[in-house]
Amino acid sequence: MNDFEFQTATTVDEAVSLLAAKGDRARVLTGGTDLIVQLRENLREADLVVDVKKIPELIQYSLTEKGLRLGAGVPCYRIYGDEAIRKAYPGLVDSARIIGGWQIQSRASIGGNLCNSSPAADSIPTLIAYNVICHIAGPEGRRTVPVAEFCTAPGRNVLKRGELLTELEFPAAARHSGGAYLRFIPRNEMDIAVVGAGAWVQLDAKGETIERARLALAAVAPTPLFLADASAALAGKPATEATFKEAAAAASAIARPINDKRGTLEYRKHLAGVLIERSLVGAVRRARGEKWDPHV
Amino acid sequence: MTPKSERKKYKVIGTRPIRHDGADKVTGRAVYGADLRLAGIVHGKILRSPHAHAKVKSIDTSAAEKHPGVLAVVTRADMPNLKNKIADLGEGSVNLAHLGANVLAHDKVLYKGHAVAALAAVNPHVAEEALKLIKVDYEVLPSVTWVMDAMQDDAPLLHNDVFTKSMGKRASKPSNVPTHIHFEKGNIEEGFQAADVIVEREFKTASVHQGYIEPHVSTALWNQDGHVTVWTSTQGAFTARAQTAELLQIPVSQVTVVPCEIGGGFGGKIAVYLEPVAALLSRKCGRPVKMVMTREDVFEGTGPTPGSFMRVKLGATKDGKLVAGEAWLAYDAGAFPGGVIGPGAMCVFSCYELPHAKVDGYDVLDNKPKTQAYRAPGATQAAFACETVIDELAEKLKIDPLEFRLKNAAKEGTRRVDGPVYPRVGLVETLEAAKNSPHWKSKLEGKHRGRGIASGYWFNIGLKSSVAANVNNDGTVSLIEGSTDIGGTRTSIAMQFAETLGITAEAVHPRVGDTDSVGYTDVTGGSRTTFATGLAAHEVALDIQRQMRERAAILWECEASQVQVEDGAYCHKDKKLTFAELAGQLGHTGGPVVGRATVSPEGASNGFGTHLVDVEVDPDTAKVTILRYTAIQDAGRAIHPSYVEGQMQGGAVQGIGWALNEEYVYSDQGRMENASYLDYRMPTALDVPAIETIIVEVPNPAHPYGVRGVGETPIVAPPAAIANAIYAATGVRMTELPMSPPRLWAAMSTGKKS
Ligand SMILES: Cc1cc2nc3c(=O)[nH]c(=O)nc-3n(C[C@H](O)[C@H](O)[C@H](O)COP(=O)(O)OP(=O)(O)OC[C@H]3O[C@@H](n4cnc5c(N)ncnc54)[C@H](O)[C@@H]3O)c2cc1C
Repeated sequence: MNDFEFQTATTVDEAVSLLAAKGDRARVLTGGTDLIVQLRENLREADLVVDVKKIPELIQYSLTEKGLRLGAGVPCYRIYGDEAIRKAYPGLVDSARIIGGWQIQSRASIGGNLCNSSPAADSIPTLIAYNVICHIAGPEGRRTVPVAEFCTAPGRNVLKRGELLTELEFPAAARHSGGAYLRFIPRNEMDIAVVGAGAWVQLDAKGETIERARLALAAVAPTPLFLADASAALAGKPATEATFKEAAAAASAIARPINDKRGTLEYRKHLAGVLIERSLVGAVRRARGEKWDPHV
Repeated sequence: MTPKSERKKYKVIGTRPIRHDGADKVTGRAVYGADLRLAGIVHGKILRSPHAHAKVKSIDTSAAEKHPGVLAVVTRADMPNLKNKIADLGEGSVNLAHLGANVLAHDKVLYKGHAVAALAAVNPHVAEEALKLIKVDYEVLPSVTWVMDAMQDDAPLLHNDVFTKSMGKRASKPSNVPTHIHFEKGNIEEGFQAADVIVEREFKTASVHQGYIEPHVSTALWNQDGHVTVWTSTQGAFTARAQTAELLQIPVSQVTVVPCEIGGGFGGKIAVYLEPVAALLSRKCGRPVKMVMTREDVFEGTGPTPGSFMRVKLGATKDGKLVAGEAWLAYDAGAFPGGVIGPGAMCVFSCYELPHAKVDGYDVLDNKPKTQAYRAPGATQAAFACETVIDELAEKLKIDPLEFRLKNAAKEGTRRVDGPVYPRVGLVETLEAAKNSPHWKSKLEGKHRGRGIASGYWFNIGLKSSVAANVNNDGTVSLIEGSTDIGGTRTSIAMQFAETLGITAEAVHPRVGDTDSVGYTDVTGGSRTTFATGLAAHEVALDIQRQMRERAAILWECEASQVQVEDGAYCHKDKKLTFAELAGQLGHTGGPVVGRATVSPEGASNGFGTHLVDVEVDPDTAKVTILRYTAIQDAGRAIHPSYVEGQMQGGAVQGIGWALNEEYVYSDQGRMENASYLDYRMPTALDVPAIETIIVEVPNPAHPYGVRGVGETPIVAPPAAIANAIYAATGVRMTELPMSPPRLWAAMSTGKKS
């Protein structure tokens, strides 16, 4: 690890100007659970590290009838600690509960998980399934990007020099809707997803037909994947096992994973289907108001 | 299990006192190597090879030497010439040139992570930065990391001075196979002719790491008077001393090794890595040099256990009697000769009465770190192969797998394939205990579930141990043990001492001595410590008792032989003094009482275990969940039952890791891809159920209290037991470790198709 300068910003503008001055030699620090490890292991270098946890906008959240505005720096434990969020966005809670262990969760943020832009990140399929909008501040002002377009390659994203993710905007939780996230790991904790699958559905009032759905996968491509076609194909279909199996087959087909230390290509393609099916089951059951525990 | 009457014989043995080092360990006060602070200490780092196999054409350290804050740089040029030097390091002879070249590479690097140069600097960060300034010119060579590839004639050759030794003959051409071992008993052809059913299977296992939590750490001070002191995390202070002295070519008396508390070893902290390098750096800069490995260094630079390829064939008659067994085992040794094929070959059939048997074993070099011992080294692989074939044979014969094992179990008088005839051993008793266990008697219900059983064997070696004792005038005794304590032996040794002397465990203050404070003692390993060092402690207690009787005789003006010892108290006619009372009178009966003993028990003793496991396999993801696990073992006599149970549980958990997920994943360039605990997947607390234990006690005839070592046997059975359970759950026979989800899924998918 090389020597670096450390600054704490207290406003978005201050953070942006600090970051803009140093360009790609500057790094944002939120929970630090990715960044500190990467710096220590010489996977990344920085001359300047800017702590953004003192910026009020980044560490607040509000849940209203318009939806959830989640500050990019809010740590996982606050998310699952809030009963209203648990009710409205159970898929987000699935993700927040499995990132690391409780020590990690008391620091790690969803914003950091997204900005780290790992293909295997556990919150990104969820954010895609919930159709989240990313709010970004930068030297040129503010802009928004749909989360499905945020990641561009392993460890890379649309953020430009001096830009900072400020907030994640979740649409209001619709009636008869539900979300779920599942990942497969060979152990039962402390592992990186071999495949992760997020699902969100909205059912008709009877809970029988899928009106809208959004599916996403992690760890099967260079970026987390929004399964646009498979999601669209679910609209109007009965919420039955046959439908889930169709979606699973579509997910397997679209997954383009690699062979690596975490799994083989064939196995990952197969798992993509298994997990999409299981997370879809979870999302549907939750949309019907039933209890469902994520478990692989 | 021990009959109550026998248990009553003992006051201390079989009880569970609080360990003597407990308070320090749980409050964080125990001093581990990394806790050491010395005045003027500086920090050393090692530059490691990025290549799996390469010639080191040149090393340019000039820029690093000039870097501010750097105090010393060392390379192969600073090592003494060790060519053709052989040394006896207590466990057989060692080629010092190989040991030295492992510590700092000579003309070639032989694995990714091989140490090439080292430097010391004012702090670890400067040291790390300065490493980048060392320029090494490599000529990259083709590499090989799979044992069967390494045995091919056209495989990249690691050493041009290694020739196959086979049955006393040396080959004329250099090769990657230093040794071929061959054992035979009976007549193998005749044996298989008598068989009604024969099963033959091939098996593969991956390299796995011992996975101790504490990375290697050493600090050395080469003093101006030429004396070298080394503080280190080691399983054997004396072997660390011998290796360090030999590698530096200085007398052992010039080296003091102070063993620090040790955060796990499992066989991997016997060979030296950092000690001689830290000493060389200290000689150059005149300051104490501390070196701490990173986890990546530990995985890439220190001993894994071998990857292996094995073929096992067993034959039995219709009525379930084993008649013949044949095994062909190739274990990789990593970059230097001397892997663990020997014990692997001895252990493969060690659980069975086999009239005809033949075993061929090959020690094979490849571009991996030099393999090291890991808990029952070589036996776990072999048991995975043998116990799976046993299970399949039982199935073919339609005999219950437990009954089949009982019918063929090794017992007193059984001759192992490598020669030794067992004295009284306890395998049958562990199988009977398994049969009567609540686990075996329970019903396993539910889909995708299966139960497996396997047995395992490991030796207890003897070797040398020393213990010394000082009687304090308050009736306590300070006990200095030569064995480093990795599993609670400080207490289990003290308990044997206390039992013999008739005092309480709490009245003994055990300490692990450095190499200048206690007699020579071999490593803590080979399941020997509670057995051999315990034996020494028993003898010290007898020595103290003899001296105490003499002191009582002085007080009472009688002969020492007239002083009786009853319940730890000293009596003569109507006079009686407790040990503590007598200890208070030493000052005027001749001064302090000091006892000592050294032992060197001949031969090895034997430890058997049987494990039961229930698993559930997810039919879609092939993830295996361990539902229930019971480890049963013959401990001879459990001195401190909690520690025996702890060993059984720890070994079982490590074996579960081998079975399910642990492996070195290599790239095509021979680089380890998963050198971190994130991707080298040891089981976590959420991955294993509470491991149930059943201690069986069949006393060891070679120990006064009947102790058998228990540390290693428990890792042997788990992979086979789990493979057998997976078969019961899925109908798929796994022949490759680890049985990780992708691998099991692939086997289950092809299984379904056929
Ligand atoms: C032991 C352990 C276990 C883990 N387990 C998991 C797991 O199970 N699943 C999983 O997905 N991840 C896991 N992680 C990774 C990590 O914890 C998560 O990715 C976490 O959500 C990162 O959040 P953070 O706030 O700590 O990010 P940081 O480390 O602070 O930042 C991560 C990256 O994003 C950048 N960044 C952070 N915030 C912003 C911002 N507002 N604007 C622009 N850039 C920003 C940083 O510069 C850095 O590059 C684990 C990590 C550890 C150490």
